[in-house]
Order: sequence, then structure tokens, then C-alpha cells
Amino acid sequence: MSRKQRQTRPLTMSSELRYTANTQLEHLHARYTGTGHADLTKYEWLTHQHRDTLSSIVGHPPLTSYLAIADGEAVGRVKFEMTERMLQPCGPPPKKDD
Amino acid sequence: MHLYNLTVQTPTAITHAVVGNFSGARQQELVLSRGTRLELARLDPQTGKLSTVIASDVFGSIRSLAAFRLTGGSKDYAIVGSDSGRIVIFEYDPQTSSFVKIHQETYGKSGSRRIVSGQYLATDPKGRAVMISAMEKTKLVYILNRDAAARLTISSPLEAHKANAIIHHVVGLDVGFENPTFAALEVDYTESDQDTTGEAFSNAQKMLTYYELDLGLNHVVRKWSEPTDPRANLLVQVPGGQAASSDRYDGPSGVLVCCEDHIVYRNMDAPQHRVPIPRRNYPFQDDERGLIITAAVMHKMKGAFFFLLQSEEGDLYKVTIEHEEQEVKALKIKYFDTVPVASSLCIMKSGFLFVAAEFGNHHLYQFLKLGDEDEEREHSSTDYPSFGMADPNVPLPRALFRPHVLENLALVDELESLNPIIDCKVLNLLPNAGTPQTFAACGRGSRSTFRTLRYGLEADEAINVDLRGIPTSVWTTKLKEDDQFDAYIVLSFIYGTLVLSVGETITDAEDSGFLTTSPTIAVQQIGVDGLLQVHPHGIRHILPDKRVNEWQAPPEKMIVNATTNKRQVVVALNSGELVYFELDLEGQLNEYQDRRAMGSTILSLSVAEVPEGRQRTPYLAVGCEDQTVRIISLDPENTLEVISLQALTAPPSSVCIAEILDASLNRAQPTTFVNIGLQNGVLLRTVLDPLNGQLTDTRSRFLGTRPVKLIRVVLHGNPAVLALSSRTWLNYTYQNMMHFIPLIYENLESAWTFSAELVPNGFIGVSRSVLRIFHITKLGSKLKQDVIPLDNTPRKFVAHPANGYFYLIESDHRAYSASAAEQELERLRATGKEFDKEILDLPQREFGRPKAPAGIWSSCIRIIDPVEGRTVRVVELDNNEAAFSIAAVPFAARDNVLHLVVGTAQDTFLSPRSCTSGFLRTYKFVEDGRGLELLHKTEVDDVPLAILGFQGRLAAGVGKSLRLYDIGKKKLLRKVENKNFPSTIVTLNTQGSRLLVGDMQESIHFAVYKPPENRLIIFADDTQPRWITTTTMLDYNTVVAGDRFGNIFVNRLDPKVSDQIDDDPVGAGIMHEKGILMGAPHKTSLLAHFHVGDIITSLHKLSMVTGAREVIVYTGLHGTIGVLVPFISKEDVDFISTLEQHMRTEQLSLVGRDHLAWRGYYVPVKAVVDGDLCEMFSRLLPHRQSVIAGELDRTVGEVLKKLEQLRVMAIGF
Repeated sequence: MSRKQRQTRPLTMSSELRYTANTQLEHLHARYTGTGHADLTKYEWLTHQHRDTLSSIVGHPPLTSYLAIADGEAVGRVKFEMTERMLQPCGPPPKKDD
Repeated sequence: MHLYNLTVQTPTAITHAVVGNFSGARQQELVLSRGTRLELARLDPQTGKLSTVIASDVFGSIRSLAAFRLTGGSKDYAIVGSDSGRIVIFEYDPQTSSFVKIHQETYGKSGSRRIVSGQYLATDPKGRAVMISAMEKTKLVYILNRDAAARLTISSPLEAHKANAIIHHVVGLDVGFENPTFAALEVDYTESDQDTTGEAFSNAQKMLTYYELDLGLNHVVRKWSEPTDPRANLLVQVPGGQAASSDRYDGPSGVLVCCEDHIVYRNMDAPQHRVPIPRRNYPFQDDERGLIITAAVMHKMKGAFFFLLQSEEGDLYKVTIEHEEQEVKALKIKYFDTVPVASSLCIMKSGFLFVAAEFGNHHLYQFLKLGDEDEEREHSSTDYPSFGMADPNVPLPRALFRPHVLENLALVDELESLNPIIDCKVLNLLPNAGTPQTFAACGRGSRSTFRTLRYGLEADEAINVDLRGIPTSVWTTKLKEDDQFDAYIVLSFIYGTLVLSVGETITDAEDSGFLTTSPTIAVQQIGVDGLLQVHPHGIRHILPDKRVNEWQAPPEKMIVNATTNKRQVVVALNSGELVYFELDLEGQLNEYQDRRAMGSTILSLSVAEVPEGRQRTPYLAVGCEDQTVRIISLDPENTLEVISLQALTAPPSSVCIAEILDASLNRAQPTTFVNIGLQNGVLLRTVLDPLNGQLTDTRSRFLGTRPVKLIRVVLHGNPAVLALSSRTWLNYTYQNMMHFIPLIYENLESAWTFSAELVPNGFIGVSRSVLRIFHITKLGSKLKQDVIPLDNTPRKFVAHPANGYFYLIESDHRAYSASAAEQELERLRATGKEFDKEILDLPQREFGRPKAPAGIWSSCIRIIDPVEGRTVRVVELDNNEAAFSIAAVPFAARDNVLHLVVGTAQDTFLSPRSCTSGFLRTYKFVEDGRGLELLHKTEVDDVPLAILGFQGRLAAGVGKSLRLYDIGKKKLLRKVENKNFPSTIVTLNTQGSRLLVGDMQESIHFAVYKPPENRLIIFADDTQPRWITTTTMLDYNTVVAGDRFGNIFVNRLDPKVSDQIDDDPVGAGIMHEKGILMGAPHKTSLLAHFHVGDIITSLHKLSMVTGAREVIVYTGLHGTIGVLVPFISKEDVDFISTLEQHMRTEQLSLVGRDHLAWRGYYVPVKAVVDGDLCEMFSRLLPHRQSVIAGELDRTVGEVLKKLEQLRVMAIGF
């Protein structure tokens, strides 16, 4: 698992990409979690947004303090609950119509 | 508009703290992260005081901090994870007293992102590897080693990623010298993202995973992964590995998994042990709620180890593991003590515990005992079937304890912290303070405080004595050169001199040899053991055997001024002549053959101290009435010749030559400064060139309204200068940089150094007829704080314009108010159950209160007298109401009598926000404002977050609607409403008929009230969404605001639009204008933007110095206080911006964050120059300084002078 993904060269829309665009895109999506694509559903997009937001809150100490003060909780508790919420921030996925 | 940002008070919160031997000496130090700064603090084990050694702004947000030591090394390195997308290893260099970056490896984008590492850091206990992890997926492992020259090396990163996994914590395992292994707490979301039934989500497992770094193969493998408690949040390393000397194992290795209500011991292929986390036996509390551990520290002693875990309520638990070799026999937990809830805990080998509090002051405790022999009940995993793991899904029976006052720890020091500043006012209320004071509502929960901050050094008074006469001057003197303490205090009065002798008590001295029938001009301990007194008619040289050699002033002439040092005496006669004496090798005072006439009355004289090992100091400074200061040579070759001359703007009342170290000018040796105090209260500071005696680099500042008097003193062994005017100032060196700070003390007419057994580093001063002895202990803190304790988290406060009282609202979520607690107790008594009453009698300030379920609030209105520094009255709110806004409103319908309106809400839930009802409580001031009488309560439909007096009425932001209310007999009467605000109104400002409305998410809206048609119309808004926290109007069209992400910005409305709106009498025109971008018809433009890095909680426009220009003062949540100073000239803007550009290229950020990117975190920085970066110019190496100064076509001195001038003009010091 550690030997894969050693590629560091930035991807440009060069001619070679035209033939390998799909595999490269898949590769990109695997590498950069949260990147959108054409068939993204509203639920997926929202879930990504929420996870990004929650991790940003945990990553900015003043924001966790801000929430902790408002809610009367310890900073550690706020961080914990935010991280827990990242598992499923927007409820279960909607049922597919077909 | 162009602004200059200066931080007056750097953030005081500590987000991380690590302990280690960073200087490589035996002593342990702490590296503290203050969010955007790194600090090295050292503990003095004798006094138990923590002091800051160095502090450095990192211009980035620090997210994690760890220390490590290479095997066999004696020095610890620190690693910092930040939002720079880089891992940085740095060390402390004791030689230069600075942090030195050793490695900086880039691995990802900057910013606090979900999958970019930096959030968690874990080090191998043997210092062989470090893991840096993101919130999700990414984990990088770097191998640390040393090269042939014993320098630290770092490898390229190895990946230990796991896609779709949320990471809760990582920790390095102690495996001795086997392959380094890291443990991570992870949750995989792949399945719960797919499963529409929600079953996968509820069955999601939290995995404890071991990642092993195979040093031979140079890659990371997932070694072991097992589900653990789904509510686990924290991992703690358990010691392991074999001791080098014996084959004994230090510990069982593995981790403690801290879960909600439980602690579990885990290791690969070993049985689990589980114990409950004991909870407080409150008779009532939210029983649904679990208890989690938020901070932990492990401490190893010889052959033993223990853990201190801290719960979210602040209780410390001591956890021990009984083990035989690698096999764990029992896991034990017991209550230890209660301290403030910590962001980090550090145990030092010298027996101290440092608690970096998440809110409020940081505490340093000393261990008295380790809780081994007390009666506290210990809970062991052996008390439960299968070590508590019979059924991991069923919680163990709850364990209870009653907290007690500190038994095992003793508080030895407190580091004051403003964190969090929730609201603040800057006003000049205190008598004879000169400059405005900052009043800050700080803190959280029961440890909240209301602080009065004054800028200046705090002086502690030791003694004050009334003398019944008014002395003109005071001196102290030793008897011999090598005496440690002073023997005499000499006081000069208009007609005589009083000599006091200092011993165990201070008494009148007899037979001191001093002439007491005449006033004194100077006193000096001269030569090895002589004393010298200069009086108007002569000089007395008192020998140790009390013989006196007297020099008589020439007939008809008098001595008006004198200056002395250990070997030289210069006196000035009223004829304008200088007479020079020098001590010869026999200890005789000899007059130089010539006298020199200056051609003008001599007002002041000064010579420096004799340099070590020299005969004399070569320069004398003479201040003359013709508004000049002359430097005169005392060198034998050209004695009494004028070398240089400085013209002044006013007669010099005092001159003082002092040699003070200032690293920005010369870091090798002290610089000779000639300080010139003028009669108009201005102080000039020039540098005396030691080689040619020329004066250069003149800087001036205004000290006060009285003529300046300068006195050279000794402060903690170093030379310093006291400047007395209408305020007292101290010029001294701290951490190698020169400071010029006002003293917060009585005004003094005269002062001198004082050193006695009881006050070894003191000063003596005279203010009118009172003799005062005082000392200054905290040279580092420029803020003096006076504290009033509060009961709940403060929210907002207003000042009464007439009586000077503050009205403060406090509200705490998840807390029982006193009446609610009483009700709960009643209920319990009714059921007849027995309960522990004593626990409720514990001081709430230290122990907090029982946690209530969400939606329960404790709230009050407090009246504070800021001058006396006390609470006048507390009005508690009932019915589970919580106060959210407050305003003093003069109602036109009641003859403009001021009323206090408090916006409250009942049964409020925060997320999503809801309440059963909001209220506007209207109070009448009674007893001159010392009391409040409730007139009526007006129901509103949402939480009123912002209220304001507006044209004799009340403007209230209630949820999305802005309303105007007028006062009625039974209620406030709603007059007009506008419901078109996007989310929630959080701030209101007004000028004229204009209202500036800050929306929680959608920036600032400009609204206007048109009385003829009774309309409230929004006519302008912002093009950007902004999460407003606070706003202040700079002028009619300009507003400055802070947002939740740490930005300050200035918006301005086009004056043409402004006029057009004001000219429209009824607002019909605006109503029918077409909106732009789904908003108002007009847009404000952005004038300035700056990222501070701390959430802005208040903004004020005022001048900090009497007579100076107005500046913007801001406060930040983590305790930042700063100012934004408008530039006056285009030249200044060009100069400082160019300097800033050059400083940016110096790459000063210790975390490797690009400065421009940091200050433009969310929006590119605009029209604001970062003064904190520019001021780091003085800390650059001399050759870098001169390169940059050369680029700017200035000298280094000119750049430094400009920077100092900007600072002094803005904030006064």
C-alpha cells in the first residue's frame, strides 16, 4: 500500500491525457478526496461540503473555542463531536429511484 | 485608506504545550503554541515561576506540536504541524536565543484541509520516526536519523494512507527498539455512504489500527486492526520495551483507548482491560451524558509510570497499570484532583504539572504527593468479570466520586490569560490614568472574569512613609564599592537635607558626615569607600573614617547642577562655568586646572558610569538654556572641549547618558544613549558614537505635560532610565530588546535605585510628601490586569453614559441557574432519596457546576463598578431565560430617559436555533444605576441577538427581521418591521437615520428609516458572504467588521449613493430600484482586508494617546488585542509596503507559511501592512538589515526610527 502513488509530476492537459483522461481522472478522484465530478449527486456534494467544513472547524483552534463557548462544552468535546459527525454529516443517503 | 496592523497583546491562549530539554541543558523547558505564535518558557524551580524566554510569531496556524529526542541524544527537538502543508522540525539555540528551523518538508497544499496532513502528530518514543496525519485518509511517516556529522536528517515521506477513513487520533507506540509503530483511531465511511437504510452507519466500527514502519524495507504496513469502542476519542501511549541495562520491560506497551465513560487498555494479541471513568456524584445532572477524556499525560519515573487523564469537567484521574513483564495484570483508575480543563498537560521532572488551560489563566502546580495513600476509591479492571470486557457493548456500572479541593497538587504560579475575550470596551474611566483603559469580559463558565487592562508595567509597593515635608530629590547610597545593599537614603529639602540609615528598619542617621543644613544637589559613593555630597556651596568628600575633604565654591558663586560617577564629578556654577574633578590613584579628588564657561545657563549635566577597568568616561553631556545639548570631552588630551552640539526645540530640563543593550542597534555590547528631557514634556533619545562623540539617530516621544526628569537606575542588575513627567516611564532591556513603557504607579517627583535586604531590586521615589519604595517584577507583561470574578460566561456589556457603571449580561448553556438547581433539589427531596449535599457546597469557581442537558441555561445581568472594581448587583434571570443582547436606550416617549433593554430567550437550543419565546426585558435604572426595576417584558418570536437605541426608540434584530419598538405602558410597541434579511441579524450600528445591520452569514446591510412613510428599507449590501461577528462604523459611509474566520475588513458605500438615499424623502425611489445579485440595489466596495488569525470579538474607533489620531482597536477571542493605524502620507505607505515586501522574502515563518498567503487566507490582503512582520526587522541579522535598508535607500537607523515612530504615534509606547 505504500509503494503506490509515488507520482509527483503535476498533471497538465497535455496530449497524452486525451487518451488516458478517464484513468487519470479516476486516479485523481482517488487521490484527492472531495473532488467533484459531472455525476455528483446533491447528497454527495453536501456530504463533502459538511466533511470539509467539520474538518476545517477542528483544524482552526479559534473556531473550536468559539463553538465551545457558545455551547458550554469543553473544546475537546467539540472536536470529538465534530469528528464523529464527519462519519455521516447529512443523514443516510437517499434511496435510488430506479 | 491604508492601514498598519500592530498587535498590542499577542494571543494568550495556549493550544498545545510540550515539555523537553530544548536547550540541551539539564533543565526542562516548555514549548508553547499560542495558536499563531511559538514560545519557549522556562521554569525557575526555586521560585516556581514560569517565564518566557523567547516568543516568535509564526504567521500561520499551529495545529499540532510534538517533541522528540534522537536515541542517545540529550537535546529535544520540536516538530510542528500547521496549515502550511509542511512539516517543520526546529530546535532552540541557546547561544542566539532563538528557534532554528532544521527541516522543512513540503507535503501538501496549505490551509487546514480535510486530507492534507498537519492535524495530528505522533512521534516514536525513541525518536526514530514521526507520523503526521490529516483528519481523513492521509498519514505520512518520516524517518528521523542522524548523519555522520551527528546532524538530524529526515527521510522522504512514506505513505500510510487509508482512503475513506476519518482519523480521530494517532499516537506513537512504545515498542523499545523494535520497528517503530503508530496506533491510529479510524472510522471507515465507505459503507455508511452507500447504505440507504442507515444500518451501516449505526454499525460503523471504530478501528484501532497499528501501522508499522519497517525500517529494513523502508515502508509502512498495516500490522493490526481491531474494532474498539465506537465512542473512543483519544489514545495514550503506554510504556514498553526493554530497559537497556536489564532485560526487564519498562511496561506492557500498547495504548490506553479513552472512550466515553471508559478507559480500555489495548495491545496486539493481549487481553483488554476496561475500567469506568468515575464521575461526580452530583444529586442531579444530565445522566444521559457520557464523560470523555480531553487531555492526558504519561509520566515515567524510575521503574514505574503513571498516567494523568483529565475529563472534560477538569477532574484529573490517576491511571496505573499493574504488569508483569509484558502482561497486564490490572488497569486501575482513581480520582486525583481537579484543575482547569486543559488543552495540554505537561509533567516536569522537577515535580511540576503545567496545565495549559483551554480558557482562562494557565496554571502551574507542584506535586505534593502522587495520591498513593489517600482514601479515594480505586477502580481496578480486576473488579469486573473478564477485566471489564465480559460484554464490550454493555457499559460497566457507573463509578462515582466526590471531588475535593487540591490534595495532591499545590498551585505555585499562574500565567494570566485573557482567552477568551468575548466583549470589550475601551474607555477612559479611571481617574488620572492618562490613556484609555481596556475593559474586557473574559472567560468561560464559572471561571469567567471581568478584567480592567492598563498598558504599563506594574509596580508593587513595598513601603510608603509620609515625611511631613516635601523633598525635592532623593538618593540612596552604599558605603563601599562592593556593598550589596544601600546604607543611606538622602532626602534634599529646600532648606536642608535629611539622611536616613537603612538597616532592619529605616531610622534617622546620625554622624553620617553629610551636611544637613543645606540642600543637596548630588550624592555619590565614590572611589572604593568614599562618599560624596554636592551642595550649593561646595563638595564634601567623606572618607571612611568620617574625615571630610571640602571643596568650596568660589565666592559669590553657587553650584546649581552636578553630575557624578564612581571616579568623576562635574559641577556647574550659576555663572555658567563647568568645574571638573577626577579621582586620582590615591583616592583624592582633584580639580582640573581650567574652568570652562558655556556662555549660557547650565540646566542639566550627565556623565555615564565609568566603564569596567577604565579611569574615566570620556564624554559629558551639558544641557544649556539656549536650547542646546553639548557633548564635552573629559579626555586628558582635550579636556572640556566641545565635541558636538544638538539643537533642541525647548530648554532641556534633564539629560542622562546611559549604556543600555538594544539588539536592534548593536547586539554585541550596550549602546550609549543620550536621553534629553525637555521642559515641554518631550524626550529625545540620541545615540552617542563612542569613537568621535557625535550624536546620531535622534528619536522623540511625548511623555507627559510636566518637564521631564531623567534618572539612571539599575533594574535587575542592568542599567535602565527612569523618566519622570506627568507619568513615570521606564526605559529598559528585556530579552535583548529595548522597551520604553509607562509605570502604573503614583506620579513621582524624584526617584532613585533602592536596594535593601527586603527589597533587593527596588526603587525609591517621592511623590509630594510621601516616600515610596517599590519594585517591578514582571518585566515581560505590559498589561496590568485587575480582575472581577463572574459566575457565567459573559456575553455583552454596555456602559452607562452618565454614572460610569457597566451592565453585563452573562449566560451559560448546559448549566443550572441557582433557582433551577434549587428546584431540582426540591424534587429530589420530595422523592425522599438520599444524596450527597456536600458536593454542591464545593466552590463553583474551581469545580464548575453539574452539567445540565442542552436547552437549560443559567443567566444574569450584572452591574459592575469599574472604578472601584467590584460587582454592584446581580439580577438573575428566571424561567430558563438566557440573555443575548443588551442596550441602554433613551426612549423619546419617556423624555429621553435611559432604559436598559435586555434581549433574552426562553428554552433556547443552539443547533438548530430555536426557543419557545424571545423577550425584550425593559428595565428602569433605580438607585443611581445601582439597581434595575423590571418595567415589562415584550414577547418576540425568535432570539433577539442585537438591540440598539435608535432615534428615541429601540431597534431590535430578531432572527431575520429588523424592527423598531417604542415604549408603552405594558409592553414595547412594534412600529415598523423589515423581514428581508438573509439569515440572522447579529449586529446593529447607527448614525442619523441609517442603520447598519450585520447579518450572521451575509455581511453588512445598509438600511435607512424613512419616518414620513414609516419604512425601513435596505438599500445597500455586500457582494461577499461574510460571517459577521462584530462591526463598528468608521464614518457615515464606512464600516469596519470582523468575521468568524479571523478577518477584519472595511467596506464603504459610494458617497453619491449615500447622498441620493438621504435626499429621497420617503424612500419611494429606493423601494422601486431593481436589486442586484439577488440583493439590495447598491453594493458596498471593499477598502481593506486583513486576516488576523483570531476571531475578532470587538472593534472600536478611538485614539489611544491623548491628542493622537484615531485608530481601530480590535480584540480577538484567543486574547489578541491589536490596532489598525491609518497612514497619513503616501510616502509612508510606499515606504512601509516596500519594507513589508522585503520582509516577506526573509521567510521568517517558523512553520513555513507564506506570509502573503496567511494574511490573505480567505480574501487577498488589501491595503493593510502587517506591522508585526515589519517590526521583526529589528531582529534580523545586521547584514540582512543593511541590505534591506539599502534597497529602501535608507540607513538601518532610519528604518528602525520610522517603525518606532509609527508605533509610538499609534499606541504611545
